[in-house]
Amino acid sequence: MTDIDQHPGRTPRPSAVAQGTVLVEARDVGMHFGGLRAVDGMSLCLRQGEMLGLIGPNGAGKTTLFNLIAGSLKPTEGRILIGGRDVSGEGAERRISCGVGRTFQIPRPFAEMTVLENVLTGRQAQAGERIWMNFLQGGRVAQEERQAVEKARALLDFVTLSHLESEPARVLSGGQRKLLELARILMAEPQAILLDEPAAGVNPTLLEVIIERIQRLNTDGKSIFLIEHNMEMVARLCGRVVVMAAGRHLTEGTPHDVARDPSVIEAYLGTAA
Amino acid sequence: MSVELIAYGCFFLTVALTYAIMCLGLNLQWGQTGLFNVGIAGFVAIGAYVSAILTTPDTAGRLGGFGLPMAVGWLGGALAAALVSYLVGRLTIRLRADYLAIATFGIAAAVQLCALNLEPITGGPFGIGFIPRPFAAQAGNPLLFSLFNLALLITVVLLLYFALERLVRSPWGRVLRAIREDETAALALGKSATRFRLQAFAIGGGIMGLAGAAQAHFIGFIAPENYLPMLTFQVWAMLIVGGSGNNRGAILGAVLVWGIWAVSAALIAAVFDPGQQARAASLQIALIGVAICAVLLLRPQGILGEMRTVSRHLGTLAKRTQPAEKRPE
Repeated sequence: MTDIDQHPGRTPRPSAVAQGTVLVEARDVGMHFGGLRAVDGMSLCLRQGEMLGLIGPNGAGKTTLFNLIAGSLKPTEGRILIGGRDVSGEGAERRISCGVGRTFQIPRPFAEMTVLENVLTGRQAQAGERIWMNFLQGGRVAQEERQAVEKARALLDFVTLSHLESEPARVLSGGQRKLLELARILMAEPQAILLDEPAAGVNPTLLEVIIERIQRLNTDGKSIFLIEHNMEMVARLCGRVVVMAAGRHLTEGTPHDVARDPSVIEAYLGTAA
Repeated sequence: MSVELIAYGCFFLTVALTYAIMCLGLNLQWGQTGLFNVGIAGFVAIGAYVSAILTTPDTAGRLGGFGLPMAVGWLGGALAAALVSYLVGRLTIRLRADYLAIATFGIAAAVQLCALNLEPITGGPFGIGFIPRPFAAQAGNPLLFSLFNLALLITVVLLLYFALERLVRSPWGRVLRAIREDETAALALGKSATRFRLQAFAIGGGIMGLAGAAQAHFIGFIAPENYLPMLTFQVWAMLIVGGSGNNRGAILGAVLVWGIWAVSAALIAAVFDPGQQARAASLQIALIGVAICAVLLLRPQGILGEMRTVSRHLGTLAKRTQPAEKRPE
């Protein structure tokens, strides 16, 4: 992983990433719950190093699309490709090894575990997760664990939660939980991060921290796919925005263009008369 | 007199420690992983019967016995219970809390009925007798005999305790707790919930089987009525009282609840006339129920709550959890 504290000054160059290789692709994806078509023939792609926004009115199917990409749901039609490989049939626990991590709209901390322990859980490929290794190669497990703790503490520093490291996660506020989820998924070193409404219910001060941290991650080369209702935040962060309505791809473009698109305004406000 | 008292104390502790082993197994399944196993008696029975069949002398009209050394019996009992747990787990581990409870309850009932009816294998309602007892050569000296037995059980419990502590405070244990707290989030972090739950379920079941084997050899006789749902209830009571999620709590709870059980049995025998004693025995169960209620009201996390440990490589943060507002399902 690139060190999160490096290159603080560099700004992302949207023109350069536009031609970047496609990392995650949804191809004609559909998800039907009984008669409801939550996602209906939706296609989009997230490119290497890109910061892509996904907006749309409530019930447009944004989170369902996220769940499909993250593997929590299996599409009833269409395909999900990561790095060109079809992963539609694989479970959520396989996504992180493909380099795709996600956070949740309503944060899901491990409530009774400490903040530090929460972040440590994100670590991948640890020998100590195999039973016998703890008895046969205790030294290796211990060494890996020390490295993991060091990294977890750096990440807690990054999301400004260091002072809470020994507290159980259930004491965190809503905004702090969002930051904890961010640190936890960063521990897994994904190439692409799916962020589901990171700004919802977060106070303005903490929101600035979250925006700044997301920007820094992108500067460091992470691809970010962002669901967000806060248009100001989307405009500040994303070079490209996809608009979803009623499970379908409505339009896409720069935040500026999309915000002025009559079809988008109609989708949000409904037609007059 | 005092020799008898010491011998009785040793006997009491030895039996309590066999329950402590079951409790350690349940703590791995429930305390760490959140697996709601209500079929403890079944896994204990498998361990007991397998060990008994392996170690008893050849008996007419019943499978075996094979007259193998006791250590083989204990290991065989534990492995058999672990194997059955694994197979049961393969079928049921995806079930959520209450459904897993129903499934394990049914399996325990089936195991008990098999023990009762498969006479050519289990000896049927009469059970299996003449199970070799550890240190049988010392049987002439009650004090030495009970001390040796107690020492053996203490050794087994300590070995298990240290092994489990090592695992619980490792990244493996951390994943178990993460799955217990929020399976969806654990999956998103690449942890295969099915694999880890299955491992915890099989190891926990194996430990229960070991407890069953140890108990069978210590008592010297087993029968199907030893493995009724009451046993499951007792072990659950022990873990709740001692402190779910804490291995020391599991051991402490086993000794305390077994103490309540033994003392109340003695009291009932002293207070009630023989005609009423069978009925009065129900008071024992009521007492355990009262103990659980008292603990849940006064100290919901149990006497020793879950220790909050990030990693054994960092040392304990030595903070107990506050009373949990809710148990993870």
